[in-house]
Amino acid sequence: MKALAPERPVDFAALRKDFPILDRKIYGKPLVYLDNTATTQKPLSVLRALDDYYRNTNANIHRGVYRLAEEATEAYENVRHKVARFLNARSDREIVFTRGTTESINLVAYAWGRRNVGPGDVIVITEMEHHSNIVPWQLLAEEKGAVIRWIPVDPDGRLDLRGLDSLLAGPVKLVAVTQVSNALGTINPVAEIGRRAHAAGALILVDGAQSVPHMTVDVQALDCDFLAFSGHKMLGPTGAGALVAKRAILEAMPPFMGGGEMIREVTTSGSTWNDVPWKFEPGTMNIADTVALGAAIDYVSAIGPAAIHRHGQALAAKAMEALRVIPGVRLYGPPAAERGGIVSFTLEGIHAHDVAAVLDREGVAVRAGHHCAMPLHTKFGIPATTRASFYVYNQPSDVEALAAGVRKAIETFRP
Amino acid sequence: MSLDDFFRQNILDHYQNPRNFGTLDHPDISAEDSNPLCGDKIRMDLMVKDGRVEDVRFTGVGCSISRAAASMLTEEIKGKTLEEVKRLSRDDVLELLGIELGPVRLKCALLALKTLKVGVYGVAEWSGEDDE
Repeated sequence: MKALAPERPVDFAALRKDFPILDRKIYGKPLVYLDNTATTQKPLSVLRALDDYYRNTNANIHRGVYRLAEEATEAYENVRHKVARFLNARSDREIVFTRGTTESINLVAYAWGRRNVGPGDVIVITEMEHHSNIVPWQLLAEEKGAVIRWIPVDPDGRLDLRGLDSLLAGPVKLVAVTQVSNALGTINPVAEIGRRAHAAGALILVDGAQSVPHMTVDVQALDCDFLAFSGHKMLGPTGAGALVAKRAILEAMPPFMGGGEMIREVTTSGSTWNDVPWKFEPGTMNIADTVALGAAIDYVSAIGPAAIHRHGQALAAKAMEALRVIPGVRLYGPPAAERGGIVSFTLEGIHAHDVAAVLDREGVAVRAGHHCAMPLHTKFGIPATTRASFYVYNQPSDVEALAAGVRKAIETFRP
Repeated sequence: MSLDDFFRQNILDHYQNPRNFGTLDHPDISAEDSNPLCGDKIRMDLMVKDGRVEDVRFTGVGCSISRAAASMLTEEIKGKTLEEVKRLSRDDVLELLGIELGPVRLKCALLALKTLKVGVYGVAEWSGEDDE
């Protein structure tokens, strides 16, 4: 697609032709894909990049000295540069490729956490975290005798930061917080939280799984020490994402996994490590999917993250308006202006699975469950919600299909 | 398959008017289980006399499929021997429901049977394998 100037209005409807899966029929109805928080669909340019890599460039990287290996290495390392520019990292060396957000967070928990967190030390997280930003810290805390403190969520689904100073008192080593809640859509003030974490002598990790695909994320402006994200939530293939971290921190961290490529020298008495970031990329990495992630970043960059954010927010606002007037619907989270393109709701007397099942028969794909955020759902006293989430190819007509499906669920389950 | 076929009238009927809903005061067997995917929870209480299910109740929260399956199972097992209950399979549950289910919703449908088997075998004795 053509590069567009950021201020030019984007014709989002015209993007749909780039996504072959949107031509699919589900139970005879056009697919309305509203589970973009879980994963996004892939445009032709990404599919072609994947195909092209295997047809024309495939070789193992960093090892061979033949032409093909040089090309593969260059393709892979070019994506590192693209990621660095996309997120305004200081250098390509701050980008460590991983399978995605979960692996990135685990990398920090194992490599940085094991060295820097000890008995009685504190890790601060929030009640709205995805399990991937809870469980690694619980594992670390259990192993090291560390303590986890929770930033609470208020009834409107915002972080309640009034008690942050006391949460940050004492031997706090890390604050790990999501920039956008995958369950509520809430956008959190991570720059402010980061400033206060740094003032308290702690590092900050930002879970960017739902922010990097949807809005302008600048790691220097955020001044975050670690940022984790997944490529598959921004039009890329599954299994390719990254950890972005300050170089000095990466330099001081021991390796995460041992193997080929991550070493400088291996002897029978021990090993020394490769430079960062390759120190953290052992074995044969997910080369093809990472290369295709580059095509996804090109696609997203051409639209512009700011325009994508406005588009998602507008669809969320429209969905909230359409759902609010349906009897029995309860919406969760803050007003549309304070969230990304995510809307979660319950329908009185009807389980989220049943709502999703009726929607499915109408071709509308939504998520139903606790969205890997059980502490949040426990806090709100609900076992499950139905969640609609939007991305670049979604249209106002998708919101209408969602609302019509919710009304059908009521007809089906309320005699 | 249309929506009407999927939510067959008997499923909706059991969902809206669950049979044997509640708890027993002094059950011989009581088991509880949950499905972490959707937060569904089911408890099964059984009174057993001479190796037969004399009475049964269930409670819990869940979607139409998990609740209807539980309700239908309670009707199915009343009067049966524990040996017969042990032999109930996932196919029996699907036959009661009368629909085909994908792997995700299958977990909803089988939660009641799993709970029942945990109760009848005892947690330690049941491998859990025959329904996974």
